[in-house]
Amino acid sequence: MSDERNELFSRGEEFLQIFKRGADFTRELLVENQRLRTSLASLEDEQNAAARSPEEWEKYRGELTSRLEHLEAEYETVRVRLHQVEEENQQFAERYLEIEEENNNLANLYVASYQLHSTLDLDEVVKIIVEIVINLVGAEIFAVYLLDGNSGELGVAAHEGADPEEFPSCAEGKGVLGQALESAEPTCWDPTQETNLDRPIVCIPLVVQNRPIGLISIFGLLQQKDGFSALDHELFTVLGGHAATALFAARLYSQSERKLNTIQGFIDLLTK
Amino acid sequence: MGQRILIVEDSPTMRQLLVFALRRLKDVEIVEAHDGMDGLRKVSSDHFDLALIDINMPVMDGLKLISLIRGDENLSSIPIVVITTEGATEDRERALSLGANEYLTKPIQANLVLSVVKGLMKPA
Repeated sequence: MSDERNELFSRGEEFLQIFKRGADFTRELLVENQRLRTSLASLEDEQNAAARSPEEWEKYRGELTSRLEHLEAEYETVRVRLHQVEEENQQFAERYLEIEEENNNLANLYVASYQLHSTLDLDEVVKIIVEIVINLVGAEIFAVYLLDGNSGELGVAAHEGADPEEFPSCAEGKGVLGQALESAEPTCWDPTQETNLDRPIVCIPLVVQNRPIGLISIFGLLQQKDGFSALDHELFTVLGGHAATALFAARLYSQSERKLNTIQGFIDLLTK
Repeated sequence: MGQRILIVEDSPTMRQLLVFALRRLKDVEIVEAHDGMDGLRKVSSDHFDLALIDINMPVMDGLKLISLIRGDENLSSIPIVVITTEGATEDRERALSLGANEYLTKPIQANLVLSVVKGLMKPA
């Protein structure tokens, strides 16, 4: 009987301890809750005070305005720089196209002069002149006149687009061709005019040391060619100078070859 | 491995000009043929990624060469660019109907030739 009582007391004591610990924990929670309430109230007071203060408000507004101005200035700088970069880009693109065109022109001029001086055979030189006039200039009807060393007259040495007898004769100072020859400079007329073998559209005198040795006369262009470009005018100048010297050199070479053969013939006769 | 282009053109001036233009392409080997027959020999004996062909040539003209290339199952897939003085619409149509992929007229613009060639050649 006494054992049962002791056990009941002991269990009652245990429950009492648990309740005490629960009461302590609840007190701690209430204290913490009070502390947090106080802290929150203090923060709210501070915020309300700042919002009510005109100086604080002004300070915030000033800071925001200054930031806005700074951002606007930065935006303007970026906008101006972007515009500059776009302009530079445009200039680079235009310059690139110009250089490409210049490159193309130089390649044409290089090839023309290279080919003209690639041989000392007179027929080959004439053939190359014809190739340049067709492929690089884009001429369809033209004639290459060369001065005959014996008669002193200009005759058609090569032609395209018409029979040789259809081309007008050329004598220095006479007619359109003769006057163009005398001028010693390439002369151009309206390239869109109707094809007429009495009216050339380009005359390129072939001149060596102020002595005319021939003339290239163009009467019609290929149908896809509607005018002359800057490159064409450069080609006319190259043809006027380099074709003339190439022809002159080829003639001298063939004359010297003939003389050499004659001399060699004499030597062979004398030594046999 | 680089790509190979065949230029079939009887004019040395044009060949040199085309070589000049095509040299700007990287890793491209350029082979020249001086007439249609020479072109046929070269295109049949080696691999080419593209052919530039003139129309008016001695021995065998460009149109004949194009039809022979297109008629050969081993060569028929080669892209062909015609470069010619013939600017008439019927000439263009004839070359294209025979199997040319592009038709350019002389005098040539190097930029145009380059862009056409780049557009037709498969990446290496």
